[in-house]
Amino acid sequence: MDTNFLHAFLGGALIGTGAIILMLANGRIAGVSGIVSGAISSVKKSHLWRWGFILGLIFAPWLTTLVGFSLPTSLPTDNLTLAVAGLIVGVGTQIGAGCTSGHGICGIGRLSKRSIVATATFMSVAIVTVSIIRHFV
Amino acid sequence: MRQLFTALLSGLFFGSGLTISGMVDPTRVLGFLDILGDWDPTLAFVMAGGLSVYLPIYSVWIKPKQRTVFGDSCHIPVNTEIDAKLLAGAALFGFGWGLSGICPGPAITNLSGGQSGMIVFVITMLIGMITAKKFVK
Repeated sequence: MDTNFLHAFLGGALIGTGAIILMLANGRIAGVSGIVSGAISSVKKSHLWRWGFILGLIFAPWLTTLVGFSLPTSLPTDNLTLAVAGLIVGVGTQIGAGCTSGHGICGIGRLSKRSIVATATFMSVAIVTVSIIRHFV
Repeated sequence: MRQLFTALLSGLFFGSGLTISGMVDPTRVLGFLDILGDWDPTLAFVMAGGLSVYLPIYSVWIKPKQRTVFGDSCHIPVNTEIDAKLLAGAALFGFGWGLSGICPGPAITNLSGGQSGMIVFVITMLIGMITAKKFVK
């Protein structure tokens, strides 16, 4: 338990470091949903950095495996649920202009009111959703 | 080319942080969201860790200068309005996140694990983003 807390905090600090590098060097918000949505919207040279960031995310687990941290090998939900959830997450992050990274880390890190409200909203709805599924259905 | 490299570096840090912190494991994320069950509060420390790096550096460097370390201007959201779109989008995202335990960053980072469920999630997420972009203005 104690080491989990430490890993969570250290991992969080690495996320924050990655996010601030993107702001300090590229002047961009490290919001994964926004970066991905922009990357697939059109093929442009000015979108190249988006693909760099995405490749970094994809390759990162190969580095962490070297120090003993790997991706999960099983998922708690079936593929149909994942398909539906993916669709909803795609639509929601597009309409709400962000996800856990863009609103939760960068937005709150900028003390943006919009991001604080968005984060409170998606956290609450996610908690209610899990509670209903696990305890009231 | 420099922007591509720094974005790749940012993505590597970001993805490593997601993996080390436990955010890439939907079972852990659902355990964090399940406050009425056997609640696992560890992942709250991911946000604490992320903000502990992002917030001070943003406040000290980016906020007053509005420039990257290379002197380029930053792309920072200017919208400050808390509107129905923000709330509806965030609520939808929260619902999808609660259904699956997966948000966009961990979804992309998990692609290298090759699990079919993650690939399904990312495909429908992209469809959701493209669809929402087309129909919601």
